[in-house]
Amino acid sequence: MKRKKYNIIFSVILIILLFVILYFAKLYLDDYKSRILNLCAIYTILGLSLNLINGFTGLFSLGHAGFMAIGAYTTALLTMPIPIKEQNFFMAPLISPLDKIVWPFLPSLILGGILAAFVAFLIGAPVLRLKGDYLAIATLGFSEIIRVIFTNTQRLTNGALGLKGIPNTTNLFWSFGIAVITLIVMILLINSSYGRAFKAIREDEIAAENMGINLFKHKILAFTIGAFFAGIGGGLLGNLIGAIDPLMFRFFLTYNILLIIVLGGMGSITGTVISAFIITISMEALRFLDESINLGFFTIRGIPGLRMVVFSVLLMMVILFFRNGLMGNKEITLDILANKLSKKPLTKGGVKR
Amino acid sequence: MLNVENLVVCYGGIEALKGIDFNVEEGKIVTLIGANGAGKSTTLKSIVGLVKPKNGKISYLNKNLLNVETKNMVKEGIVLVPEGRRVFPDLTVLENLKIGAFVRKDENKIKEDLEWVYSLFPRLKERTWQLAGTLSGGEQQMLAVGRALMARPKLMMMDEPSLGLAPLIVKEIFEIIKEINKQGVTILLIEQNANAALHIADYAYVLETGKITMQGKGKELLEDENVKKAYLGQNTK
Repeated sequence: MKRKKYNIIFSVILIILLFVILYFAKLYLDDYKSRILNLCAIYTILGLSLNLINGFTGLFSLGHAGFMAIGAYTTALLTMPIPIKEQNFFMAPLISPLDKIVWPFLPSLILGGILAAFVAFLIGAPVLRLKGDYLAIATLGFSEIIRVIFTNTQRLTNGALGLKGIPNTTNLFWSFGIAVITLIVMILLINSSYGRAFKAIREDEIAAENMGINLFKHKILAFTIGAFFAGIGGGLLGNLIGAIDPLMFRFFLTYNILLIIVLGGMGSITGTVISAFIITISMEALRFLDESINLGFFTIRGIPGLRMVVFSVLLMMVILFFRNGLMGNKEITLDILANKLSKKPLTKGGVKR
Repeated sequence: MLNVENLVVCYGGIEALKGIDFNVEEGKIVTLIGANGAGKSTTLKSIVGLVKPKNGKISYLNKNLLNVETKNMVKEGIVLVPEGRRVFPDLTVLENLKIGAFVRKDENKIKEDLEWVYSLFPRLKERTWQLAGTLSGGEQQMLAVGRALMARPKLMMMDEPSLGLAPLIVKEIFEIIKEINKQGVTILLIEQNANAALHIADYAYVLETGKITMQGKGKELLEDENVKKAYLGQNTK
């Protein structure tokens, strides 16, 4: 019990420290670097939400881009000022009441998340009866359906033209603040009896059902919560970049998040956070591969897209040598860190609790 | 307590159970023995609702069990120790046990029961923080039984607890089953290992290709010439 108290105090101190660092980061970092940091936080949110569905509950879902699209469009449409809306919708006017509504950022984000969760709930009812590969294909299909719908609802989403001039509200505090909230929610959820039920479903559905776990209820719960945070992540992303269009939410986006959770370890929260940062930063750091490289005696011509090739190779290496990702399904917890520091033997067999 | 009448189950056109009747009295150990394909697992599956019977009645404490969904069986006090153990391999022993008590909300009672399970299986206590997948077969079977007990069942149904275990471990497990029964849990035991099952059973049924061919007290069946010949591998001549 005492340990628990210390953990809470220590976590609060860590969070305060994070925001102090962010404050200075905001003062001294240029736009490019702070955007990368923002992306890191957003990908953390997205990774955690996909990990809840794929890693903890064992539902192989590939529909994340669709949920993000819903969140991004909702937030963008609600936060855009009226003159910019008129500018955007020059082909066909935006349907009323949306053309007159301007909401603050936070409620728009939350509504975006709720709408994404609602769609997940509707999709989940038929789709979650499937398993494994079939589920992956079905969710992938639904995410494409959402994208195609958005391409064709000219008066709601401006179709293929996309939305431009979305206010750049997302900053380091927003993205990291929400990332921290997501992290806390996930940790509490995973360590609750719901979390145990999710893991039991992942391990063995028949045994879980025998123990009285309502499979469908828990699957749809994980799916809906995951979609909620995906919607919020999408909203943050839209208002960070400032322009969205349906093509942005292709399968490729889901693939990126999948890469994060596979690299970090399916079923590891800390792994997801670490690999979200690694992947987002290295995506940018590897950009030099796309440009021509001068080695002094001869020049390698730049091939656009080469960094993605390198990335794929990296992924293959991870799959080959770290079958379970960087962390597997282990976690780095304050308990373990404290024990490492005090050099005391691990209590409870060194396993996380 | 549990009463099965004229149970018929079909897989496609094949009748796996051709109308069986049996009765499990409260506080007893009742066993169903039979060879592969006799319909033992099918019987269990239809009791817990994983298979829909074509015909027949299953009642439990004067309640029709056919209308109860699998996930609600635990609330009724029926719990199944599945064939092949089916523990959750990537969860710790403690987490496995806690999932057993999933439908219960009384935290203090759960703690008491955890101690009870640990007292029945001291080996599990030593391994509280170990992943269930790393336990030996016998320990996994103990965990599967312990997990089922965490639900505080009135009726515990066990599907081949001796599967793939060394004779010594089988003996140990069966001793514990007897002990659990003494503490007030009714047990329906499905076994191929007729010798071990008949030794602890109060009443036994012999199942052959979907029909009950023999029944009687466990001890009586042990002495029965036909059972000896068919299941106990003793040459009676």
